[in-house]
Amino acid sequence: MNKIEAKNVDFYYGDFHALKGINITIPNNEVVAFIGPSGCGKSTFLRLFNRMNDLIPGTRLTGEILIDGRDIYAPSVNVDILRKNVGMVFQRPNPFPKSIFENVAYGLRVNGIKDKDFIAERVETALKGAALWNEVKDKLKASAYDLSGGQQQRLCIARAMAVEPSVLLMDEPASALDPISTAKIEELICELSEQTTVVIVTHSMQQAARVSNKTAFFYMGEMVEYGETKKIFTSPDKEATQNYITGRFG
Amino acid sequence: MAVEIDAKYMNRKRGMQKAVFVCFRLLSYFIALVLFYILGFIIVKGISVINWDFLTQAPADGMTKGGIWPAIVGTFCLMIGSAVFSFPVGVMSGIYMNEYAPKGRLVNFIRTMTNNLAGIPSIVFGLFGMAFFVNYLDFGDSILAGSLTLGLLALPIVIRTTEEAFKDIPNSYREGSLALGATKIQTIWRVLLPMAMPRVITGLILSLGRVSGETAPILFTCAAYFLPKLPGSIFDQCMALPYHLYVIATSGTDIEAQTPIAYGTAFVLIVIVLMMNLLANGVRKYFENKLKSK
Amino acid sequence: MKKLIDRIARYILTVSGFTTSAVILLIIGFLFKEAVGLFDNPIVDDGYVLALNERNEVEELTAQQIKNIFDEEITNWQEVGGDDMPITVFRLEDLDKYYTEEELGSEYEYAGDKIAEQICGNPGIIAFVPEVLIEGQDGINFIEDKDISVKEVLLGDEWFPTATPSPIFGILPLIGGTLWVSFFAILIALPFGLAISIYLAEVADERTRKFLKPVIELLNGIPSVVYGFFGLAVIVPFLQQTFNLPVGESGLAGSLVLAIMALPTIITVGEDAMRSCPRNMREASLALGATRWQTIYKVVIPFSISGITSGIVLGIGRAIGETMAVLMVTGNAAVIPTSILEPLRTIPATIAAELGEAPAGGAHYQSLFLLGVILFFITLLINSCVEIVSSRNKLKK
Repeated sequence: MNKIEAKNVDFYYGDFHALKGINITIPNNEVVAFIGPSGCGKSTFLRLFNRMNDLIPGTRLTGEILIDGRDIYAPSVNVDILRKNVGMVFQRPNPFPKSIFENVAYGLRVNGIKDKDFIAERVETALKGAALWNEVKDKLKASAYDLSGGQQQRLCIARAMAVEPSVLLMDEPASALDPISTAKIEELICELSEQTTVVIVTHSMQQAARVSNKTAFFYMGEMVEYGETKKIFTSPDKEATQNYITGRFG
Repeated sequence: MAVEIDAKYMNRKRGMQKAVFVCFRLLSYFIALVLFYILGFIIVKGISVINWDFLTQAPADGMTKGGIWPAIVGTFCLMIGSAVFSFPVGVMSGIYMNEYAPKGRLVNFIRTMTNNLAGIPSIVFGLFGMAFFVNYLDFGDSILAGSLTLGLLALPIVIRTTEEAFKDIPNSYREGSLALGATKIQTIWRVLLPMAMPRVITGLILSLGRVSGETAPILFTCAAYFLPKLPGSIFDQCMALPYHLYVIATSGTDIEAQTPIAYGTAFVLIVIVLMMNLLANGVRKYFENKLKSK
Repeated sequence: MKKLIDRIARYILTVSGFTTSAVILLIIGFLFKEAVGLFDNPIVDDGYVLALNERNEVEELTAQQIKNIFDEEITNWQEVGGDDMPITVFRLEDLDKYYTEEELGSEYEYAGDKIAEQICGNPGIIAFVPEVLIEGQDGINFIEDKDISVKEVLLGDEWFPTATPSPIFGILPLIGGTLWVSFFAILIALPFGLAISIYLAEVADERTRKFLKPVIELLNGIPSVVYGFFGLAVIVPFLQQTFNLPVGESGLAGSLVLAIMALPTIITVGEDAMRSCPRNMREASLALGATRWQTIYKVVIPFSISGITSGIVLGIGRAIGETMAVLMVTGNAAVIPTSILEPLRTIPATIAAELGEAPAGGAHYQSLFLLGVILFFITLLINSCVEIVSSRNKLKK
């Protein structure tokens, strides 16, 4: 079953044509990686799935994006509910200026959940799911800024997972981390795919190869090629893909 | 165990957001309205008083008739006088902080002191001006004492803008000039100062706008209740627009005859302040365009 | 040669770099010098004495007691620790009531004897007379000539600097007036200031911002005397009518004017603080399904709280130090305020109103410098608060 489906998506920042005629289908509970050189539009495309680009004035979208078969840009859609359903992890760890516990509980609270026991339970589950529970269980009330960069990023993953999204978008989640933290995050991504569909934008081709089932290669606002990760990295159809993964540009 | 979405809550929080934002918008426009009311009130009531005689005559008949020429002249004297002091000192001080002082504690100390000076109420400047310039240095009530007091008040503004203007100049300009064998002061004089000038001048003009409206510092250092003639030297007292407005508005002898004069004075004062603001913007834009066209 | 110029320039620049520090030191020095002099003044006007009958055992009176005696609010010596007898107040002017011009002599040469005669003949008398007149007379007790006490100034609840024989310099009503007016000003300005800074930083589109920003800046640029004039012409009559007051000049009028004047500071500083909140933190909140408003009050405001606080504190500082506008609209009654609708008087307004009339070097003059010192320290305190708050913020990031 297809989780996300994009049909003829064109996207503009003012006059700049950032995405050109993109079609893609992302199946349920898979990990899909978007790769490509900087400025190719992969992050922009990712941010369309939770309507994050709505915040930028002067942008325009044509075409359709469906999640679970429903057009997320239809006027009747409640953006808050959509975003609760489509979690996101950002390039740099960005915990809120709150305690560790409150960071994870945040998504539940802003969506109207008040049951304390339920929140505590969800926070614990989410922190365990992000492999952070053992490190922070004794200092849940401490500020999130006391954690290391890698821990902060796992906290952000826990925060996103606490509201049980069915899609998790990750925008270069390990680009600001050291290799050991990166390895932990990658391990997590594989585990997360049991619960949700993961779409990850990454700079590192090795990372894409390690974590994803499918890979899409973007170049100059177009999706050049999309397919099984193994195939993309071993025998791509297009010459541009070949050039990119062999490091001839980018 | 699933995270259920309460549709009612989702609607409620949207509604809440809408209500709050509308409220904020209304408050913002209300304040804009207040400003326009204040400006409009003074402009409408003041403009009918303004004519050539009002601007060029001295007050007459116990300040119930005549114009405000000596006050206008006095205010401009004070503006120029304060600039003569605050501009060179402020610019040099800003340059010192950026180009010479060792970074860290010392610069922070000077910056703290400058901030403290900026935070001191204007009446304290007035007290100080009276004790120091008028009595201790024996300048008496004079344009000199008033200008210096106002200059102190303007100093922090000039220092700050200078510091910021110099801070934003990339290091490559300094290195480039020094590499050509220029001394530090030559670099500052020929390369950095011309680049920083637009912003420094903008700051200076803004500080002049502030100076032109200040009353408390000149109450006891310079301002005269009534002088029929213009000041002859910097050791004379002078009239000043803000003080004139204060006097006419609070201790008038003939309210009916003096109210229009008060409106007229307030109008002229506001026009000067607005012109200073516009001028500052104009200067900034002019220099920006000039830099771009290069 | 080039080197020499470089060195001279360096020297000059260094000197000017320390101008502000030097000015602050000078301000502290000169204000203090005058202010401290206040406590070297005798409580009774210089050159005068308070004389009593020799059987009266009272030796000391406070300035407040002296004032009350001469205002005839204290009428019996018992109240000030003496014997039970009524007080008769005697001033130099009263001499004419008791004696004819011939008796006093054409040049008042017998005045001293006559005063002494009065004092000796009246056990309950207190006489306020020039010292030279009764020097060397017998049978007279003098009230001990103390200096003005720090305690009576700092804790005194009456400000009466021109009272004779003994001026009262209690600063509490002035401090009270200042805080009272500023408190209400901030109370009024706060909801507006916060709402507008949030609106400008988070909600308004670019066009609205471009319109509102200059408006706020202009509000900041209007001279305080114009605000005072506007308050006098519009706000004061309005309050008088609305609340049916005997006089419209009141604390509330001052607060309203100060609120408008403090707004630009609160708004600009608050807005800058909120704008410094990183975009990705906002996005993280929105991405969890929070609305923009939830994001603002749960993430942006906690993040920028120290900046917002700085803005408010600076606004308070502006309100406390403001002189002319307050002087013009608050009515200047030096009493401890009980209601915001009554006239009251602030520290800066007192200095501005009275310094012109106080003879240089006198106790009154010095007391105004003391007020200046107090004002200076209040603003210094406020600045340090801002400094501490913002340096803590830097640590957090």
